[in-house]
Amino acid sequence: MTSRLDVEVATRRGDFELAAALSASGGTTVVFGPSGSGKTTLLRALAGLERAEGRITVDGEAWLDSAAGVDLPPHRRAVGYVFQHANLLPHLDVSGNLRYGARRASGSGPAWDEVIDWLGLGPLVERPVDGLSGGERQRVALGRALLRRPRLLLFDEPLSALDEPARRTMAPLLARVSSRFGMPLVLVTHSLDEAVQLGDRMVWLDEGRVRAAGPLADVVAGADFLRWRGDDAGVVVAAMVAEHVDSDWLTRLAGPWGDLWVRRQDRPVGSEVRMRILARDVSLALEHEAGSTLLNQISMRVTAVEESAAGQVLVRLVGDGGARTGEPPPAPLVARITTRSARRLELGPGRPIWARVKAVAVSS
Amino acid sequence: MGDAAAVWLTARLALTTTVLLLIVGTPVAWWLARTRSRLRPVVEAVTALPLVLPPTVLGFYLLVLLAPAGLFGGAWAALGGDRLVFSFPGLVLGSMVYSLPFVVQPLHNAFLAVGDGPLEAAATLGASPWDRFRTVVLPLARPGFFTAAVLSFAHTVGEFGVVLMIGGNIPGRTRVLSTAIYSHVEALDYAAAHRLAGGLLVFAFAVLLAVYAFGRRFETPRL
Repeated sequence: MTSRLDVEVATRRGDFELAAALSASGGTTVVFGPSGSGKTTLLRALAGLERAEGRITVDGEAWLDSAAGVDLPPHRRAVGYVFQHANLLPHLDVSGNLRYGARRASGSGPAWDEVIDWLGLGPLVERPVDGLSGGERQRVALGRALLRRPRLLLFDEPLSALDEPARRTMAPLLARVSSRFGMPLVLVTHSLDEAVQLGDRMVWLDEGRVRAAGPLADVVAGADFLRWRGDDAGVVVAAMVAEHVDSDWLTRLAGPWGDLWVRRQDRPVGSEVRMRILARDVSLALEHEAGSTLLNQISMRVTAVEESAAGQVLVRLVGDGGARTGEPPPAPLVARITTRSARRLELGPGRPIWARVKAVAVSS
Repeated sequence: MGDAAAVWLTARLALTTTVLLLIVGTPVAWWLARTRSRLRPVVEAVTALPLVLPPTVLGFYLLVLLAPAGLFGGAWAALGGDRLVFSFPGLVLGSMVYSLPFVVQPLHNAFLAVGDGPLEAAATLGASPWDRFRTVVLPLARPGFFTAAVLSFAHTVGEFGVVLMIGGNIPGRTRVLSTAIYSHVEALDYAAAHRLAGGLLVFAFAVLLAVYAFGRRFETPRL
């Protein structure tokens, strides 16, 4: 059973105003935006660490309802908060920190052994916290938050203070924690890579306002979002590992518009992955080119041509023939090309075209 | 002999003052560390006053306030209390005022040093405000309490002006070390003065040595 979260809050601090709404039932919602956009303020308002007006309900229980005069203090809101810098209690050892949450937990939730095993905290339990590495700290903070038996997980930039190896350990845990323990997770990040890797849904926040919200793939493929991202605009698509060709060090991914060949992936056949394809890595051609070094050429159809930066357009494409009636519309692919090329190829809605994909980033 | 009584009285006075000041000073220092009230600088200034005022000024006003006809002394008498001036309770009150900054300031600094991070973490882990104070603030501010207790005790032992003004140097009742030394010097009994003054010097040095040598052990490793 997963909790349902409904939020509509407003807060003001000096000149800065935040007004945001979000709902989630299970899954990971990333709150994404540049620094100063109000992401952390929103997260703190959910936890009760920041005063706010509005309404926050978790499974129908009001944590905040300004109209009814309800505003639970932080310790009465069952949240599992993971701070950017872990905020472990420095006078307690690892086990003391874990127990601090567990002792005050109520209701049902993950058991001690379950959390310790899942996070691999066994060897750390007796250690003092000031000897831990950044990654270890964050794992302890995550364990402490889970043992508190929350109904909502709130993570504030949990990867940003970590070095690359620690990130690689932590990211898969973050990607799975919501489904593993059946709690909705709201995760704040300023990194689009992290958002794409971890989120199911996305709230795009800018200057205290929600610019777009919804399934992550839809938000990142939205016209405003693509324009705003500029050089690293791109789409996120689900795919499945279909085949490994070890002799060529390649893996075939089955995506919504057909197959894509990528560098050999260290994942079993059949596993679900997420592909991120940047618009600048997609070029367009009227014909399939046999004599090309490109591995990935996909037959597609243009659905829209949108103005981007000066002299450039974003061309929105869908798979050719893949769309069967009654199915949800297939995920789009977006190519960024010059306005001149678009004119020369006479691109417009309905035009069949070959998309050539030069690079694909794959994550779990 | 009279000097032993003075030593004993001084020790009792310093200990009582320290215990009471920790009880009174903790909430004041906590309020100072957490409040966003515009009254904070006012309260800070008031608690720091004893640092800059000559003890005789403090003693004078305390004498006026605590006298049976004074504002505080009158109320105390109306409640059935014994006379405050020239008595041990009066000395305790005077010493508390005199040593207040030596308790409030270390505690204030220690509470500030705890920071919001651990408190917010504890709150999200389900700890109520009192629970947070007990399980996070008190252990993290331990070095501050140690410093406050030592400074308050030592400073009270060394006070002179205030106790002379409101205590009156009555042998066996309000004569403490510092006033006993003063009496010995006035009587030109330098040998007796040396005994007490030298003892006090050694005591003060030992206390400070203890603070600097062992005080650090009370500190929790910080991140």
